[in-house]
Amino acid sequence: MHVPDGFINAPVSVATGAVAAAAVAVSLRGARRELDDKAAPLAGLVAAFVFAVQMLNFPVAAGTSGHLLGGALAAILVGPYTGVLCISVVLLMQGVLFADGGLTALGVNISDMAVTTTVVAYVLFRLLVKVLPKRRSSVTAASFAAALVSVPAAACVFTLIYALGGTTDVPTAKVFTAMVGVHVLIGIGEALITSLTVGAVIAVRPDLVYGARGLAKPLQLRTADGTTVQVAPQAAAPAAARSTRKVRIVGLVAALVLAGFVSYYASTSPDGLEKVAHDKGIDRKTGQHAAKDSPLADYRLKDVSDARLSGGLAGVIGVGATLAVGTGVFVTVRRRRARAVLPETETV
Amino acid sequence: MGAGHAHKLYRHARSPVHELPPHCKIAATFGFVLAVVATPREAVWAFGLHALLIAVVAAAARVPAGFLLRRLLIEVPFVAFAVLMPFVAQGERVHVLGLSLSESGLWGAWNVLAKGTLGVAASVLLASTTELRSLLLGLQRLRMPPLLVQIASFMIRYGDVVTDEMRRMRIARESRGFTARGVRHWGVLATSAGALFIRSYERGERVHLAMVSRGYAGTMPVIDEVTAERAQWTYAAALPLAALAVCLTGWMLT
Repeated sequence: MHVPDGFINAPVSVATGAVAAAAVAVSLRGARRELDDKAAPLAGLVAAFVFAVQMLNFPVAAGTSGHLLGGALAAILVGPYTGVLCISVVLLMQGVLFADGGLTALGVNISDMAVTTTVVAYVLFRLLVKVLPKRRSSVTAASFAAALVSVPAAACVFTLIYALGGTTDVPTAKVFTAMVGVHVLIGIGEALITSLTVGAVIAVRPDLVYGARGLAKPLQLRTADGTTVQVAPQAAAPAAARSTRKVRIVGLVAALVLAGFVSYYASTSPDGLEKVAHDKGIDRKTGQHAAKDSPLADYRLKDVSDARLSGGLAGVIGVGATLAVGTGVFVTVRRRRARAVLPETETV
Repeated sequence: MGAGHAHKLYRHARSPVHELPPHCKIAATFGFVLAVVATPREAVWAFGLHALLIAVVAAAARVPAGFLLRRLLIEVPFVAFAVLMPFVAQGERVHVLGLSLSESGLWGAWNVLAKGTLGVAASVLLASTTELRSLLLGLQRLRMPPLLVQIASFMIRYGDVVTDEMRRMRIARESRGFTARGVRHWGVLATSAGALFIRSYERGERVHLAMVSRGYAGTMPVIDEVTAERAQWTYAAALPLAALAVCLTGWMLT
């Protein structure tokens, strides 16, 4: 998926370059906070690992074989910040040394393959690990799902970049269908390999897997008279104590901006499925959607005539509703979890 | 590991291009690629001139044409994509040899092919005339964050070590009669990948300890500061400026 020079026009290349630079800057800060002065050698060696493991061929069937892309794997093994750094450095070196991916397309490649895959994979992974029971097998399952989604997500972002600044005349819907179709298949392979690899590392050194840090059981001391003493964990990891408020606010603002303003510029033509359905006449028999009279039908707010305002408002309301439902589910799950876990002992 | 790391990508020679400071070369390559990408695709002759510029630099760097062309093969996957484009793109159709092709698709394919090839050729020239280490020094001189440069330099330094480790594991697997044939064998390969990760990570920890014991405090000392004189900058700027001139002429004439 390495994009060459000239495939995406200059303004969008510059814009994605800015996005990539910002993401790398944030990750640099995050990695330094997590790893301190260990950041350089560790991230460097992990980048070398990603580079090497991309050369490991996994035979699919007679003659064909696939290889790992590594975004999800890096995010789960070493954390999102270091993961983004590692993949970005691999892409940079591939671009500069091996001429794999154009120099001006570096921003596109990094924001697509390094940032999207790792961030999507890690967010999904975290959510799943929170929801699933605390077991090693659920870490493996979560990494399967995270890798499975991360590859088509990158394909979607590629299509988005293409729609904004593609230099060729291939219709976006066609690119989308082709890219996502192919990458769903690639994603299945990626998911299998990633989950197997994470499982292999967890079996030997669970402490090395960043995504499985919550699994460490507190130390128990069994004394000679048969009593067991729970040793409280020494000073919980400072990273865990960090407030997520800033992240939440930034995410919310981004979602609102995207839904409210950017959505106006999205394509008004029917999406792939709707189009295929229309072309093939599949939808002739289907009745109108049950919610067609809802005030938000077709992503337009009823009784608001200005297209921009109406689409934007509908988007904002949609984000709000999704957020409310999501928060509700999250709070319920957490409450149930809290009830299940015994109250922690206080450290002396 | 004290041995010289003359990478197979680097082609040792003594030439004016080899002797330029690395950051001048990186900046020049980047400027050149930028100018190529900005050239309008209708100006077909302009890409010929760009290619001529690359050929002149290659001749000055004493890089043989065969070497350059062989390295261009990395582009093949995108060539396949470009060949498909005239068939799937929209727009007016033209008929060539009984095939119905999209005109804009043909332009698109030409655009990607020409610009992609020139970009690849420029990067190949850069990599074959600049040593890896000086490339990284050059990136540092161009104000890339030092931590990123360090990560990249560790990746370059240990890339061969880790790849070698992977090769040894492959030999170990094969000497025990294992051949991966299909999805059923992925478990074994993934276990190898996991082991490779653990080995790399632990090596990273050891390297860090070794560095700390030698006084590492978060920054690497720069012992061979490279500076560029004005003449060298001018010399390096010849390529992007010429490309820019071609690009501007292209815009004016089309």
